[in-house]
Amino acid sequence: MQREAGELLEFRDVNTHYGDLHVLKNVNYAIGRGEIVALLGGNACGKSTTMKTIMGVVRPTTGSVLFDGAAIERLPTAERVRRGIAPVLEARRLFPRMTVLENLEMGAYTRKRGADLAADLDRVYELFPRVKERRTQLAGTLSGGEQQMVAIGRALMAHPRLICMDEPSMGLSPLYVEQVFDIIQQINRQGTTIFMVEQNAAMALSIAHRAYVLQTGQVVLSGGAAELRENPAIREAYLGELQVAPTA
Amino acid sequence: MTTADVYLQQCINGLSLGAMYALLALGFTLVYGILELINFAHFNVFMVGSFVGLGTLSLFGVVPGAASLSGFMLAAVLLGTLLVTMVTSGALGVAIERIALRPLRDVRGPAAMITTIGVSYVLFNLVLLVLGADSKNFPTPLPSVSFAIGGAVLRLREILIWAVSLVLMGLLTWFVQFTRMGRAMRATAQDPEAARMMGVEVDRVIIMAFFLGSALAGAGGLMFGLYYNFTSYIIGFTAGLRAFTAAVLGGIGNVPGAMLGGLIIGLVEAMGGQLISASWADVIIFSILVLVLVFRPSGLLGRVAPNKS
Ligand SMILES: Nc1ncnc2c1ncn2[C@@H]1O[C@H](COP(=O)(O)OP(=O)(O)OP(=O)(O)O)[C@@H](O)[C@H]1O
Ligand SMILES: [Mg+2]
Repeated sequence: MQREAGELLEFRDVNTHYGDLHVLKNVNYAIGRGEIVALLGGNACGKSTTMKTIMGVVRPTTGSVLFDGAAIERLPTAERVRRGIAPVLEARRLFPRMTVLENLEMGAYTRKRGADLAADLDRVYELFPRVKERRTQLAGTLSGGEQQMVAIGRALMAHPRLICMDEPSMGLSPLYVEQVFDIIQQINRQGTTIFMVEQNAAMALSIAHRAYVLQTGQVVLSGGAAELRENPAIREAYLGELQVAPTA
Repeated sequence: MTTADVYLQQCINGLSLGAMYALLALGFTLVYGILELINFAHFNVFMVGSFVGLGTLSLFGVVPGAASLSGFMLAAVLLGTLLVTMVTSGALGVAIERIALRPLRDVRGPAAMITTIGVSYVLFNLVLLVLGADSKNFPTPLPSVSFAIGGAVLRLREILIWAVSLVLMGLLTWFVQFTRMGRAMRATAQDPEAARMMGVEVDRVIIMAFFLGSALAGAGGLMFGLYYNFTSYIIGFTAGLRAFTAAVLGGIGNVPGAMLGGLIIGLVEAMGGQLISASWADVIIFSILVLVLVFRPSGLLGRVAPNKS
């Protein structure tokens, strides 16, 4: 069972590089159990790199990533999934020529076959009745909103303790955006911790407990969501009150 | 023989060749689907497979000139030989991946493909050195039973090739469609990074692709020997090139495409040989390939654009 003490996920002075390109610079995050934490920031500041570092697709050059108190930065991706981290990837990344059901089954790939798999499928179908209707359809033929539902459902199938979402609202119509954020909140209330990259800062801050703001690979601001909503710099840069670039 | 009988006969021959090419083409397609790598070592895994089949048959006491078997003995020997040949060839494919290709996994460009050509020549020359340049007679464990269909003759060996190919292709299709590993293979082919983040150990998927492809090539090699009654160190190139053409024709990376491509190439070879001359077979085969690729660059069953990021 999960230990209650400590954070669920921590970054300690993490640096990452792509060749010579230094992306994350001494980044620290602490995501508590049961939280929804948003990661805000402009284009190319390292948000997706953060998610890939959690999943182990990118390895930090220095620093440490802790999950449930244990260092995971050297573990292979599959082991991280087994320990309870599941991704909702940027641009959804479903397997386009597999059926919706097969995509969901891929989410449960690291889990043993058993009765609870059926229960998890039921849970996904309950959250997304639309997904149930489409379960025999090829994922590539779904609309963007439907694909996002499958992507979230696929993450749930892993029975994760932490879901890392990379821009879940990207490319969705406002109606779907509302729905997706509702669902995220619902999943969180059922006990899953959420770490979420979002460009839609207003929406993200409306459901998140806390947020970090990343700028060119550095955490420049962090705090409670309510507090950040009132922060003038945030209002300017991310909540669309003024169309100006943030000053570094 | 009437003209119709001649064509019927060539149809039978073509289907047999096609079944063999299809087995071989699947190996190209499985590996390409996952690594986007054309594995030229596959040519000679097929060749080595036919020698493994020859050796295994002789272990069972089936040597050239020995009396043919029948009934249970025949089935047991064939099945045993098929299994040993497939497992050995599969292991060879996995060894090639581990030793020669995995170190190059993250190297961009044609290095890996060129390495497979090198490995192909290593196998070729090893067999030449150890077993010599003369072609080896294959035993004929099958009784010489044949059936007359009109004026055409259907021999047991053709029925054997068809049956073995059908069963193996059926098993492969089942495996890829319905097993957990098969699903992981398809997922990896469609989006390797996403598959990895679902917890798929991509190295295992790659090993599986090499094992299955090479095992099928081994089965193809055994069928070649039983069909033509000989094997030789040079058989890999002609058959391999035609099977590779079959894979491209069907849409490389596409499993049903490789089966369809194999059958078409086999039929074209047999019919073309009949209509024009056997020495024109390759010209006809490659002309068809060029035509198909001009009008359908991704092959008959291939997708128009690969969906990768
Ligand atoms: N595989 C890679 N190889 C080289 N550079 C990369 C790679 N992935 C990302 N980068 C670079 O790293 C920087 C950060 O990329 P990242 O994807 O983390 O940004 P992001 O914050 O998610 O941006 P966006 O809002 O556009 O999604 C960018 O400059 C990007 O070009
Ligand atoms: Mg991004």
